[in-house]
Amino acid sequence: MAKILGGLTTSHIPAVGNAIHNGLFDDPYWKPFFDGYPPIRAWLDEHKPDLAINIYNDHGLGFFLDRMPTFAIGAAHEYRNEDEGWGIPQLPPFPGAPEVSWHIIESMVEQEFDITSCQELPVDHGFVVPMQLFWPGAPNNPDMPRTIPISANTVQHPIPTLKRALDFGKALRRAIQSYPEDLKVVVLGTGGLSHQLDGERAGFINKEFDQYCMEKIVDDPEALTKISRMELVEKAGAQGTEFLMWMMMRGALGDKVVRRHSNYHIPISNTGAGTMLLECVE
Amino acid sequence: MDITEFDHHSPIPGTTIFDGKMAMKGYALNKMCYSFNGAAARAQYLADPEAYMEKFGLNDEQKQACRDKDVLAMIAAGGNIYYLAKFAGIYRLDVQDIGAQQTGMTKEEFKEKLRKAGD
Repeated sequence: MAKILGGLTTSHIPAVGNAIHNGLFDDPYWKPFFDGYPPIRAWLDEHKPDLAINIYNDHGLGFFLDRMPTFAIGAAHEYRNEDEGWGIPQLPPFPGAPEVSWHIIESMVEQEFDITSCQELPVDHGFVVPMQLFWPGAPNNPDMPRTIPISANTVQHPIPTLKRALDFGKALRRAIQSYPEDLKVVVLGTGGLSHQLDGERAGFINKEFDQYCMEKIVDDPEALTKISRMELVEKAGAQGTEFLMWMMMRGALGDKVVRRHSNYHIPISNTGAGTMLLECVE
Repeated sequence: MDITEFDHHSPIPGTTIFDGKMAMKGYALNKMCYSFNGAAARAQYLADPEAYMEKFGLNDEQKQACRDKDVLAMIAAGGNIYYLAKFAGIYRLDVQDIGAQQTGMTKEEFKEKLRKAGD
């Protein structure tokens, strides 16, 4: 049976992709951020997952406002990035796991999460940057697991509630655990933490709220479901709503987890950058 | 009831909630910016911005905001920041450039504001 080993979280800022590309790991600006990753890589090296489910939010590459899925699940043999408007380097494709995708899609709809299935899905920095942080050189890293992208809408309101995001994760857990073959799975929740790119409030970062979220998500994610979506915009910034991805990830880990590693740094680009490794107990 | 007569959201200062109302208002502008995912589209825009804006059916407010590269005006005209970022990319403007522009700061001042959020 498939087994969920744990959850990884990280911000997925485009500037990180540039910094990786330019090898700025020891640069004084970047070092406190990149130093958050080696302990997680060591854990991955020890456990060698077969599948990485990457929960991210598309930023206007895979989806446009003509058809905007609230929750979308990739079901492709491979996933390619594109330049996104900024000339981002084109990488070799990330290998998919379509047979597992379809099992998850069947299970999610059975559990009454009416998702959108995607046999083609260009993936943006929200998906690629976390892969490169956790598996340097991705997708060419020899330990690179196969992957399934899951995207939630944070582009256009109404966005999902925090409760719905957590419940999605709980359903995803049941979907993964019912997969009949042996498979070691990690679930990535990427994006956030607090940031706002638009409007007169651009540059808003809320350290106190980020730290509250990083604390509560370990042992009491239910408490975070009390936060309304407008309160999330107010406290985390307009794009801090990406925290929904962390909630989806957390739901997939079961009731009890152990925090193996955590890092928080301000600022990376316009963002409070958070990184965590949560290990499943049961 | 007209969609403009009903507001689902309480106001947050300096923040536009990009909801159905804004999505309808900004559709042409955002669709044009979405096209900038492709390098050929970006080159085509730069070669003749007026023709490109006309092709996507931008209204006068949206066209003027694009000519001025005025991010706040683009947002007021229905622009969504995720798509506008691709417009900014044409001119090699990063999120600190557009943050500085929207808050009336220099880029250095804006970066200092971000750094101070960590104190």
